[in-house]
Amino acid sequence: MAAYTGRRLLQAIPLLVLISLLVFVLLHLIPGGPMAAYGNNPNMTAADFARLEHDLGLDAPVHVQYLRWLGALLRGDWGYSLASKRPVLVEIGDRLPNTIYLLSISLAVTLGIAIPIGILSAVRQYSVLDHAVTTVAFAGQSVPIFWFGLMLIIVFHVVLRNPISGAPLAPGGGMYTLGEPFSLLDRLHHLILPVSMLAVVGTATYTRYMRASMLEVIGQDYIRTAHAKGMPARRVLWHHAFRNAAIPVVTILALEVPVLFNGAVFTETIFSWPGMGRLFIESAFRYDYALLMAIILIGATLTIVSNLLADIAYAYLDPRIHYG
Amino acid sequence: MVGVTWRRFSRHRMAVISLGLVTLLALLSALAPWLSRYDPDKPQLSTQLQPPSGKHLLGTDDLGRDLLTRILFGGRISMSIGVLAMLLAVVIGTTVGAVAGYYGGWADNLLMRLTDLMLSIPSLFLLILMTLLLRTFPVPVLRGGVLAIVLAIAFLSWMTVARLVRAAFLSLKEGVFVEAARALGAGNARIIVRHVLPGAASPIIVAATLRVASSIITESGLSYLGFGVQLPTPTWGNMLRNAQDQMIVAPWTAIFPGVFIFFAVIAINYVGDGLRDALDPRHVR
Repeated sequence: MAAYTGRRLLQAIPLLVLISLLVFVLLHLIPGGPMAAYGNNPNMTAADFARLEHDLGLDAPVHVQYLRWLGALLRGDWGYSLASKRPVLVEIGDRLPNTIYLLSISLAVTLGIAIPIGILSAVRQYSVLDHAVTTVAFAGQSVPIFWFGLMLIIVFHVVLRNPISGAPLAPGGGMYTLGEPFSLLDRLHHLILPVSMLAVVGTATYTRYMRASMLEVIGQDYIRTAHAKGMPARRVLWHHAFRNAAIPVVTILALEVPVLFNGAVFTETIFSWPGMGRLFIESAFRYDYALLMAIILIGATLTIVSNLLADIAYAYLDPRIHYG
Repeated sequence: MVGVTWRRFSRHRMAVISLGLVTLLALLSALAPWLSRYDPDKPQLSTQLQPPSGKHLLGTDDLGRDLLTRILFGGRISMSIGVLAMLLAVVIGTTVGAVAGYYGGWADNLLMRLTDLMLSIPSLFLLILMTLLLRTFPVPVLRGGVLAIVLAIAFLSWMTVARLVRAAFLSLKEGVFVEAARALGAGNARIIVRHVLPGAASPIIVAATLRVASSIITESGLSYLGFGVQLPTPTWGNMLRNAQDQMIVAPWTAIFPGVFIFFAVIAINYVGDGLRDALDPRHVR
């Protein structure tokens, strides 16, 4: 197990290096960049331009620039944001926790709803409930997530109002009320709509997976054996069926991490959430290379790490799997 | 073969209804210039942000343009992008999957590592980078940067098709018919295209259908964020670009384009579901 984990970790490194190379090349092909801001400056002579380019190391060949950048990255120097002039790591440090906060709560809500509903739907296959669940889940997977967010704002922020105070039912943006002291209630209030937006679409996906996985397991011989032994149905369900049905869902959970990031980009944009997804969009509009690069690398790293964790969890949860 | 497939498909009620809906949407969009008496692009300041009425069935937008007209014209672009991106993704995915699955060995290893690599980067991030890059090569073939979006979406969505085709090829290439074809002197290229690929057609068709739906969603999301098709060219996504600012005074501008995306996407997904039932006899819902 330890050897397997170690080998998988080592395999992840070249993948990360390749991703960094790919993104570096892509960003270099895009016009703009650090020198673009000076292009139209009448006070800059061609000599000034060349000197600045040399000072910034931008006249070096691309592969030299890449290696320098990679070296600096490994030493913890991730460069500066062109827009804010602040170090990239500081910018990310400000935003990443907000994204993780939003995504982890959404994921918890998603699984909290999707797992029980998926199981129930599978156990009562072809019942009215099952048909309703599969239809709603199918619809949920076809909704454009950003539009769903807009609709949530219309309904719960614009149309529906608190009958007593007349205030909107839920805040339409931000992480907390500006200028007010910290309050847990206020924080939770601000979470309602963004979490709903992510959770509804996510629930649709996971309910379908959970249902399919459960149906597969319920049809197995060992479930029939357990029933035949006279084991109570509830115990068969939880001890035999659910434990096995959960294994593939764990894997899918890890594979869906990039999808979570996509969701974060839209949710954070719509609800002015100060997270990494919105930072990426802002940086893309400004061609802020260092930040774009860092966000993609962090996103890719988290994806690879979660895939790795899923594989390890898979091996741990399913004793039938042996890795040499 | 077609008869059997159709009979199985027609048993899936939602799929049949959906096929009708998709056809209707496509026809309405294609015929938009003849169906509507309004100009989709020309601002009309006297009719700004009017609610739905007999004159403007779905109301007007912030520049006074008829919303339904823009939605129908937008449908042309959005649905075309969906289909074109799907075609390109299927061609790339099938080629990669076929080569990897058929030849195996280092080619398989290389191509599958490439597939893993592409799947490890959160796709929206890479998609936005690609559109920034592709936008700088002005290809005057299609207006509003449509071609760039098609390329970007296709480059980032071939991986599922590749894995699928590879899996099909891995099992099919062991078939006796492959051996027979080789004994008759067929070359690798001929075996791949004429003998193995037809066997993998069912999963490819299903995946391709679902890809149209997800490409439409991707386009709408990209355009919504401002990295897709550029205004004033209407697409279902970029019609929602300013929706959030005017949602309070004119909610219809935010509601209707999304309703069309939703119905197009769910209908295509149901068609895909029906095709899966019809083409894969082992698949039980």
